[in-house]
Amino acid sequence: MSDRVPVLKIGQVLLVSIQVDLEDQIVLDLQDDLAERIVATGANGVVIDITALEIVDSFVGRMLANTAAISRMLDAETVVVGMRPAVAITLVELGLSLGGVRTALTLEKGLALLERDRTARTGRP
Amino acid sequence: MTGPRVVEDEQSVPIGSNDDVVRARQTVRTYAQQCGLSLVDQTKLVTAASELARNTLVYGGGGLMRCAAVRSGARVGVHAVFEDSGPGIADLDLALTDGWTSGGGLGLGLSGARRLVDEFELRSEPGSGTKVSVTKWAR
Repeated sequence: MSDRVPVLKIGQVLLVSIQVDLEDQIVLDLQDDLAERIVATGANGVVIDITALEIVDSFVGRMLANTAAISRMLDAETVVVGMRPAVAITLVELGLSLGGVRTALTLEKGLALLERDRTARTGRP
Repeated sequence: MTGPRVVEDEQSVPIGSNDDVVRARQTVRTYAQQCGLSLVDQTKLVTAASELARNTLVYGGGGLMRCAAVRSGARVGVHAVFEDSGPGIADLDLALTDGWTSGGGLGLGLSGARRLVDEFELRSEPGSGTKVSVTKWAR
């Protein structure tokens, strides 16, 4: 399997939109790709759009938490956007509340959150 | 209210690769939709199936999932069985504890899956594989 999830760069932000039910190796590849792209591009934000995901199990949940932690060490903030209500309910019941992961309801709000962060950190937009 | 259990339309999915885990959860989703589970219950059941299918692959060395519609009186639900002939589990109580893992996972697979379904049965012995059966009823 050489399928990879595309990572797009918009300004200082890397954008990943997960569109299909991913098998585990692709999930792991995405985590590694994001770390490399953060360093290669100097991006200071990552947005992971999970609007299309019907489930997030502990494996994908762990990838989201790991990616947030890894990107923070590489001086980038991660925001997960578009989580469905049923996914949130299920994740909490599963025992994964993703405490270290920032979320926003929509892509627009996620980008705005990163923008505010950047302004706060650098003192300029 | 509960009558004899009738199992219908059983379908098997061999689990031998990551792709099969995807196939297993897609199969369970189809049954959940056909049996009229609510969106939240579908999501819970498919998530549980994903955890259990991955366990079958990673810890059991592969195996088989069987999924079926189940009726009991007026109730309709989805029944799924995950079976492997791997090393088995020595301490079932420990395996069902949050955070306990024999591998590199989060240790939420079994314990989390149990919370997401209505009925959960785990049978295993060292050396003779593991069988997990779950049922989720439409409300």
